Amino acid sequence: MTSSLNLWLIPVLPLAGAAINGFLGKKSSRTAISVVGLLFSGAAFVWALSVAWRFSSVSLPHQELFLNNEALAHWIRSGSFTVDFAFYLDQLSLVMLLVVTGVGFLIHIYSVGYMWEDPSYYRFFAYLNLFMFFMLTLVLANNYLLMFIGWEGVGLASYLLIGFWITKDSAASAGKKAFIVNRIGDFGFLIGLFLIIQHFGSLNFTQVFEKVQPLAPETAGAGLLTAIGILLMIGACGKSAQIPLYVWLPDAMEGPTPVSALIHAATMVTAGVYMVSRSHVIFERAPMALTVVAIIGTLTALFAATIGITQTDIKKVLAYSTVSQLGYMFMACGVGAFSAGIFHLMTHAFFKGLLFLGAGSVIHAVGGEQDMRKMGGLKSYIPWTFGTMFIATLAIAGIWPFAGFWSKDEILWKAYQSNWIYWLIGLVAAFITSFYMFRLLFMTFWGDYYGIQVDDHGRAHMAHGHDEHGHGEPHESPMVMLIPLIILALLSTIGGLVGIGSGFEHFLAPVFGSGAVSEGATEAGSHGTEILFMMISVAVALAGAALAYVLYVSKPYLPQKIADSLGSFYNAVLDKYYVDEIYATLFVKPLVDGSTRILWQGVDRKIIDDSINDAADGARHVSDEVRHMQSGNLRSYAGWIAAGAACVIAWMVWLGMER
Amino acid sequence: MSVHLILFLAFGAVAVAGAINLLAQTHPINSALSLIAVMAALAGEYLLLGAEFVAAVQVIVYAGAIMVLFVFVIMLLNAGVEERTKGSRVAVIFGVPGMLLGSLLVAWVVIRHSGTEAVAAGALPGDPKTIGDLLFHEFLLPFEITSILILIAIMGAVVLASKPPTAPPPIPAPRKVD
Amino acid sequence: MVPLSYYLVLSGILFACGVAGFLIKRNIITIFMSIELMLNGVNLSFVAFAAHWHALAGQVFVFFVMVVAAAEAAVGLAIIIAVYRTRETLNVDQVNLLKL
Repeated sequence: MTSSLNLWLIPVLPLAGAAINGFLGKKSSRTAISVVGLLFSGAAFVWALSVAWRFSSVSLPHQELFLNNEALAHWIRSGSFTVDFAFYLDQLSLVMLLVVTGVGFLIHIYSVGYMWEDPSYYRFFAYLNLFMFFMLTLVLANNYLLMFIGWEGVGLASYLLIGFWITKDSAASAGKKAFIVNRIGDFGFLIGLFLIIQHFGSLNFTQVFEKVQPLAPETAGAGLLTAIGILLMIGACGKSAQIPLYVWLPDAMEGPTPVSALIHAATMVTAGVYMVSRSHVIFERAPMALTVVAIIGTLTALFAATIGITQTDIKKVLAYSTVSQLGYMFMACGVGAFSAGIFHLMTHAFFKGLLFLGAGSVIHAVGGEQDMRKMGGLKSYIPWTFGTMFIATLAIAGIWPFAGFWSKDEILWKAYQSNWIYWLIGLVAAFITSFYMFRLLFMTFWGDYYGIQVDDHGRAHMAHGHDEHGHGEPHESPMVMLIPLIILALLSTIGGLVGIGSGFEHFLAPVFGSGAVSEGATEAGSHGTEILFMMISVAVALAGAALAYVLYVSKPYLPQKIADSLGSFYNAVLDKYYVDEIYATLFVKPLVDGSTRILWQGVDRKIIDDSINDAADGARHVSDEVRHMQSGNLRSYAGWIAAGAACVIAWMVWLGMER
Repeated sequence: MSVHLILFLAFGAVAVAGAINLLAQTHPINSALSLIAVMAALAGEYLLLGAEFVAAVQVIVYAGAIMVLFVFVIMLLNAGVEERTKGSRVAVIFGVPGMLLGSLLVAWVVIRHSGTEAVAAGALPGDPKTIGDLLFHEFLLPFEITSILILIAIMGAVVLASKPPTAPPPIPAPRKVD
Repeated sequence: MVPLSYYLVLSGILFACGVAGFLIKRNIITIFMSIELMLNGVNLSFVAFAAHWHALAGQVFVFFVMVVAAAEAAVGLAIIIAVYRTRETLNVDQVNLLKL
């Protein structure tokens, strides 16, 4: 190992910021809190940049201990099983590092403006920094257990931030739902970890992968690596909101918009993709597990996209869009194109983060309204927001040359090389994606403004901390919120260019290049076929945009007619295919009922409480009977004594008798 | 049938008869007199065994002092025929049969195990000289302690049986402070 | 020659009568006398064993038992007098203030 890069600084700096804001923030001024929050997350970003700067000078993969101190880094030593607080740097973690710190820092800046009016300002920044700490731990860990700590920690931060407005019931429930559904995934993750420990004796990446490397791919389908792969995937489904554990993400929109941008678009939900990519050595030797990953990803991409068509809340559309795009990433991983998945992860962080921040800007502008039907015509009122969101929409729709085009096209190309069905479904989902994103754009920014004009303080309370603004008409956001939008728009434009000529793939090749099984038909098509496919993707995206234009700008009466003609099918899609209701009936209700009837009334009341009460009652009854012995009557005392004495004598005689 | 056995049975019969009579009589004075008869019979038994000193002490102390004390108290308290009151069921149901059973058991065991070893008449050297030797050499400490015990008993009896004090003296009026 | 067991049986009978009297009789003084009867029965067995085993200490035991019986009788009767003063009765069933 070469000289230390002091990687530990990167997670610990935000932790320090969280501690300072958390403990001292209550009495501090907003400026002080902002400075602390921005300083520490910014410092983490700067340090990440410096690590990137020195990247070529270290040998990879680079591992180092916490504080470069063996004693301090020592965590678990149990026989031959050791786990340390140690960090791991290679191209993959560098990409994740830059994305997390970079986008995270931009969102911190944005939050200064967005949350300025909120009474719990300090708590927000404390939680946000705390999230950064856990996410960076997750990304930089050199073993599964430390990664799992980060994993759980971001789940905790997500719960805290979703339920940030603690007085709102729906927010609290959403936070609970997120955490519980995550936990279900974590159960699978843990069992996967146990299997790894049992069979490979370690959780350290290098050691595990060294042991897995020589194993042959499991062709029969079932086997140890397949089991581990599927279990890890279950964990990823929970964290990255795939079928069937995606239900928490739309509800997570209860949190403030910067939270949605950071956690539920750019970083936390991508942890699953990162984990699967990091474990590619295992997955490549378990084709069945890879197929499961691909199928789940593909289905989710399509499924969530269809729901996105009908939603009217601007943030919910973006939430389902996130689920769908994550499906793309898993599709990529499932066909063995891990670098394509990571590429899409990076570009998605840019444009989805931008979309959410832009949506926050829109919501801020219209005084808290989130229903798109009450918006419209905003492009003249908030031009900067409109411009950046337009760029983001182009990016997510996959239109050349914006970022999303390069990454999505890469995925579709690799998917086609594996199985054309993946490609077809991906294409359909891309069409739908483009459609609903442009629908969002048109409904929000085109046409006339349907919003209610309000005078000062006339607006009913909405929980985005904008009460003090007198909203006469929609107004642009302050500069502190616009600058991150502009920077992200820039990245959404040029961010995909690193993928030209498989540049990104080559960058990540040292990580993934270890003989993937599914890359059998590498570059099967010629360069010409690739260009053809690119054109098909762009055409499909433009078709979606055109359809949205027709339905929402030229003939705005059409959507209602179509919805009516589809009748109950439309309602089913609108109600998210009733998945939440199905889960509630199948799982939640029996669990709650069982808990109430069996555990609470049965065990807690009857068995535990009643046993104690009965013991007390029994003692009372027994003593009630026995107290009659003390009658004050001398002769009864004498009688008892005589009887007792007779027993004792008899016993003594019996003892002393010779047999 | 030796004389020894006949005498034993005679004294024994008197003792048992006196004991049963104690139970049967209703007036305590009659019970007291039966008890005296029992003690006299037992003194005879002691003599048969050769414990002369013990026999003498039995008559002097037990029959002559303790029973006299009993009789005195009976007369003092004017104890009459005892009434039938509702007593304790436990005592009658458990106590008496229990004890009877116990005694029967003990008796049975004893008879089974002690066989026919006989005690000769006058087997013990029970003369005062021997007893005195024992008392003042081997058992000196218990002897002295029993004398203290008697002292305590006397004091206790005096205290317990004395008349209760009359009304407590009145609290003196508070003195004026000059 | 009288077997030892005869003495012990006699002692046992006297003891049993004492216990029975203790349990059946209602007059406190009679109960006390039953106690004395019990003590006498025990004394007899002491002396019998002393004769059987030629253990002179048995007689000394009897001596001490008698002393203790005397002391006990004195104190017990004093208590009876005190109780009589308070309760005006010698019936043991009426001395039941300690009931629950």
